[in-house]
Amino acid sequence: MGGFDWEVIRTSLPYLFKVGMVFTVKLTVLAMAGGIFFGTLLAMMRLSHFSPLSILAGAYVNLMRSIPLVLVIFWFYFLVPLIGAWILREPRPIPVGTFYSALITFTMFEAAYYCEIMRAGIQSIARGQVWSGYALGLDYWQTMGHIVLPQAFRNMLPVLLTQTIILFQDTSLVYVISATDFLGAAAKIANRDYRLVEMYSFVAVVYFIVSFGLSLAVRRLQSRIAVVR
Amino acid sequence: MNYHWNWAILFAPEPGGSGTYLHYLFVGLGWTLATALAAWAIALTIGGIVGTLRTTDHPWVVRLGNGYVEIFRNVPLLVQMFLWYFVAPELVPTAVGDWIKQMPPPWGSYVPAVLCLGLYTSVRIAEQMKASIQSLPRGQRYAGTAMGLTAWQGYRYVILPQAVRIILPPLTSEFMNIIKNSSVAFTIGLMELTGRAKSMQEFSFQVFEAFAAATVIYMLTNLVVVIGMRWLERKVRVPGLLAAPTAVQAAH
Repeated sequence: MGGFDWEVIRTSLPYLFKVGMVFTVKLTVLAMAGGIFFGTLLAMMRLSHFSPLSILAGAYVNLMRSIPLVLVIFWFYFLVPLIGAWILREPRPIPVGTFYSALITFTMFEAAYYCEIMRAGIQSIARGQVWSGYALGLDYWQTMGHIVLPQAFRNMLPVLLTQTIILFQDTSLVYVISATDFLGAAAKIANRDYRLVEMYSFVAVVYFIVSFGLSLAVRRLQSRIAVVR
Repeated sequence: MNYHWNWAILFAPEPGGSGTYLHYLFVGLGWTLATALAAWAIALTIGGIVGTLRTTDHPWVVRLGNGYVEIFRNVPLLVQMFLWYFVAPELVPTAVGDWIKQMPPPWGSYVPAVLCLGLYTSVRIAEQMKASIQSLPRGQRYAGTAMGLTAWQGYRYVILPQAVRIILPPLTSEFMNIIKNSSVAFTIGLMELTGRAKSMQEFSFQVFEAFAAATVIYMLTNLVVVIGMRWLERKVRVPGLLAAPTAVQAAH
């Protein structure tokens, strides 16, 4: 190994962070928001007494959880343009671009995982609370929105955030559709300058610092929530 | 939407001349399982040891174990894959590095993939192992000490036989994870199931048949794993000893 070349890292920093990390963070935050939204809906469907809804949601969640994320990324990468064409009644597939393709993929994929967390969260609320909601004349959506979900979110906050750290790491897999996320940007420089050791080591260190920092923060939050309850 | 379905493509010969596309995919499943099983052996061994050591009362051992877990848990699997494949051969002595780089095709990707997946999963098993040991009543350990067992004997005869039974259900999902995660190895050139579905798509242009076939094969594999592990759980269950309820965890 011909000496560690710090220069290639220094000169590529703007590209790595302004292009790559921005992509990664945007994807993580938006997929988290979408994933939690659809995941909560899925969890409510799974817990529904109307069996077609719960079977449908269960099948979706189990399907997503039994195939690899890489395969899901490929599925959506090819499927989304066709669905877009079908919705817009265009004869040709709609070009979507890697960011939106990845965003749809991660939202739909993570929704299955957030669903299981929210399901446990909803189930952690005593049934008596739901009954008292109904007894007060609230309907299903009011009971869920004002009584059950706020508590479920609070109980599950640490797990939801830990899942988001995993999502942050998993977004690196958009490499397989040649997106320029943080890893993708580093890979492009690594291959252009033939500096694989430097770039991949640097990427690993940055991912470690961010993930470890976030997980420490989650742990602190967890102990604070635990004290309050 | 005018996609031309052609399921017969699965029975058409693949361009490599090894047989039909379906056969080509099943060979991929073979590589997926070969990778997952070899990595699983590493993960169980290291994960079991590290997880157990983290419950001992030697602060330095515990700290070392925690450090190991944090390092492998906070770097994405794909980045770890690249570290093993591109970076590790450069860090070892040149002769060893050249030997690694000159390994014939499947092995040059297979060996780094197995090491990477094995260590990555070992951390998750170490976490499960620690949690399952800590879920045992503290009295178990004290009772062992009171009966005159050494620390080692306490683990060997009291703690571990129970912990291993508790850990079985979460291990089922870890085993399914390792099968799914082995698909990441296709980025370093290992032609396992996902990699072969991708190349079938490139050769045949039948995108959805290729991915649908791979999806079905993954689901069937999962089914077999679940059934097998349930059988194992029943077989080793101690009557009267209930499994601890497992808390929901973040996963992928």
